[in-house]
Amino acid sequence: MKTYPVEIKVNGEWQKAEVTARDTLLDLLRDHFGAFEVKNGCAQGDCGACTVILANKAVNACLTLALQANGKSVTTLKGVGTPDHPHPLQQSFVEHGAIQCGFCTPGMVVSAKALLDNNPAPTRNEIREGISGNLCRCTGYNKIVEAIEDASLSVKNKSRREEDA
Amino acid sequence: MLDKLKEKPTVRPDYRVIGKPVARHDAWGKVFADTKYANDYTLPGTLYAKVLRSQYAAAKVLSIDTREAAKLSGVEAVMTAKDVPHNETVTRFGQTHKVGGFEGLYRVLAEKKIRFRGEAIALVAAKSLAIAEKALGLIKIEYEPLEGVFDPVEAMKPGAYRVGEDESNVICSYKVRKGDIAEGFDLADVIVENTYRVPMVDHAYLEPESGVAWLDDDGVITIRAATQVIEHFRGIADVLGLPHNKVRVIAPMVGGGFGGKEDITVETYLALLVWKTKKPVSLTYTREESIIAHSKRHPYVMKYKTGATKDGKLVAMEAELISDAGGYVFLSPWVLLYSTVKATGPYDITHVKIDTHTVLTNNTFSSANRGFGAPQPCFAYESQLDQIAKHLNMTPLEIRKKNYLHTGDSLATGRVLEHAVETEQTAEKAMEALGEPSKPRSPREKIGQGMASSMMSYGRMTFLHDTSRSYVSLDLDGSVTVKCGVQDIGGGQASSLAQIAAEVLGVPLEDVTVYIGDSALTPLAGTTTATRQLYMSGNATYKAAMAVRDNLLSKAADILDTAPENLDIKDREICIKPDISDDPDRVLALDDVVRACAADGLQLYNVAQFNAPARELIDFTTGQGQVFADFTFGTHAMEVAVDMDTGKVNVLKIVSCFDVGKAINPLSAEGQLEGGALYGLGYGMLEEVILDKGNTLTPSFAEYLIPTSVDAPDVKTIMIESGGGVGPFGAKGLGEPSCVSAAAAFANAVADAIGVRIYDLPVTAEKIIRALGKI
Repeated sequence: MKTYPVEIKVNGEWQKAEVTARDTLLDLLRDHFGAFEVKNGCAQGDCGACTVILANKAVNACLTLALQANGKSVTTLKGVGTPDHPHPLQQSFVEHGAIQCGFCTPGMVVSAKALLDNNPAPTRNEIREGISGNLCRCTGYNKIVEAIEDASLSVKNKSRREEDA
Repeated sequence: MLDKLKEKPTVRPDYRVIGKPVARHDAWGKVFADTKYANDYTLPGTLYAKVLRSQYAAAKVLSIDTREAAKLSGVEAVMTAKDVPHNETVTRFGQTHKVGGFEGLYRVLAEKKIRFRGEAIALVAAKSLAIAEKALGLIKIEYEPLEGVFDPVEAMKPGAYRVGEDESNVICSYKVRKGDIAEGFDLADVIVENTYRVPMVDHAYLEPESGVAWLDDDGVITIRAATQVIEHFRGIADVLGLPHNKVRVIAPMVGGGFGGKEDITVETYLALLVWKTKKPVSLTYTREESIIAHSKRHPYVMKYKTGATKDGKLVAMEAELISDAGGYVFLSPWVLLYSTVKATGPYDITHVKIDTHTVLTNNTFSSANRGFGAPQPCFAYESQLDQIAKHLNMTPLEIRKKNYLHTGDSLATGRVLEHAVETEQTAEKAMEALGEPSKPRSPREKIGQGMASSMMSYGRMTFLHDTSRSYVSLDLDGSVTVKCGVQDIGGGQASSLAQIAAEVLGVPLEDVTVYIGDSALTPLAGTTTATRQLYMSGNATYKAAMAVRDNLLSKAADILDTAPENLDIKDREICIKPDISDDPDRVLALDDVVRACAADGLQLYNVAQFNAPARELIDFTTGQGQVFADFTFGTHAMEVAVDMDTGKVNVLKIVSCFDVGKAINPLSAEGQLEGGALYGLGYGMLEEVILDKGNTLTPSFAEYLIPTSVDAPDVKTIMIESGGGVGPFGAKGLGEPSCVSAAAAFANAVADAIGVRIYDLPVTAEKIIRALGKI
């Protein structure tokens, strides 16, 4: 099958691969780049486990063709924060008990980050809307919503502190 | 032994780790994406597997031709039933104790007669997934379609189509008899009689069935798979004709189980392909495969006739439950037994007659699903109670309070409830939290409130002689290691063991490392099913940690010249209990005592086995006897707003109140109650695997709907801590109990709103407007 070169910035680093026209961004991230934090829950755009931020928008990687992402920047959970520099969302998800089996977590945290990037102080309903494309079977969503709400305040306070400085 | 623990609490009740809402030790790895799930693990040269599945639900396989597929470049193995050393094995129910009567046929690949759509017929392993998929298309199968039977009631009739070979479609039947049912209905002033139906539903874990397997250096077939049961290594070895110790199963963190990863999924297929190719093989089901071809929750047809006196006392209950097992037996007999024991709910009823049957059909097979036979009858008995209450002008809470079982009362099976039974308190607290009904937001809207209570066992059936083992050790720097063969499916199964070890040995939680889920290297702890891990492995870990603690304290007592019972361990120090002495000089650092023990050759580790209380097999003709160690009791209360023109339901309030015994980690316990409430709400409101002559019409999450974040409000959780459970520190189990009564509470709330009752789940907008006579 004919392949095409793609170059994508994954979590700040440019990476290259050869893909076919039918390869999805999910295939590219998992199979070519080893980005196993991007989960495959359905490959049909129904569950949100593969959510990544592509050019500042949360997308289902399984519904995005690899070629569509060419030249663009992608953020996965590993790009949201690290143990040394955790994002407030990551801290908050752990402290609120918002993680059970953890399989929806990578997509959920990425969706939450995209939400807060666009709306730093969302209401609880806006949070529920913001993650409505991400299925979670374990938690009943309560603690996820609480964790995002809590992180949103900390994001807001932090940016205020930076402004003050 | 349990009684002894309770009489002699040697860990002081001012707990430092137990009962604290601590961050679970596994959460950090998950939030930083360091956790590797079954499908995140690759080995060099891994082959990709696919499963060829039947296009028919009932058919004869006339021929299978794999020659073209085998010739395809990149294909390394094509296997059919004739290539499987022992294609048919019999699963005996129970790990360690053979019980008679029920044996389930486990057929790895279909050979002659197809029993359900999606049944596996052939396996392919190839150098890429694309090649494996292409090879599937090259396998030629000649079928002769058969008529099949798709309704369990039809399948029970004489002369019905036979799903299996020679065996009857009726897998098994149970009875419960208490008192004289005719006399009971004579005593009744009001009798309500209805037939209820509940649908087939899917577990819908986010992680599909998945695993990778390889041949290890010493010829051990090693399978790393998303499973609730690493102890399937025995069954897999039997299929291959290998000694049990030549198959090893490792369970990494599992992306949700809910009973769907209790039966074997990919493991045997992987083992066969590794055995054949000697290369690593990976297999992950697609979501469609997961929904079509793997186990489901049993659909039931339930006839209930309930009688009460005019003051609301339940005097008679007669019920017939028929469950649809689908194409194979799997765990159907046990699921049915759970339903049978729980068919009367948490109520004291004078005269009882229960008959239950589980039946083969050509539908997708059903097996374990969170609640294991409890949610089905709960919907029926709780719907019945509300109707009796209405006849008698009582509130739902009033009628229930007249009938709740209490500690010391007996179930219809004769079993005396000797542990904590706080159902009434959970009901009162749940209804109080639900509060006054909200005001409708428009003239089209009606508000309704509903409640439902349930009882659900935790721990396996007592005649299975269940056991768990755990290893606890102290290293020379005072750090603690727990090794326990639990499978962590997201409920905090591993993390609570870390908490127990930390509490007993007086170290901070972060000083404990837990190794889990390896059939070769961790002491076998049994299945992560039946809400049994905290109870069983929690007790085993407690026992092992206490043995280590005893050695430490006896050494410390020698050094401090006192008695061990005068000592306590906290914050990595061994000190004399404050009520005995507050001498700050008589304190030893934990690691000093550990080194002193090591110098003397004292044992700094222990492997403990916890045995559940065992009972004889019950009498299946009367249902009399003890089936379970203990139950968890609780109540769901809900408020809904129904649009009377469209039938659309908005859930306004959900309350979940349970006696949790003791919350080892309140965050995890709340998480179970919140998640369980939505799991049950989905059953009541949304979920149904729709089949047409065995063909699944809902094979994706776009058609099979589970609750999203906008389908329900926050769940208000209330935990009662009676301390009366048989788990460690008096804990009860929550995983399954937390979901059981939510669907019934939802249905009762809708009935309250619209004034009409819907007798089959899910209660959808379409059924509502139909019931209202609008279409």
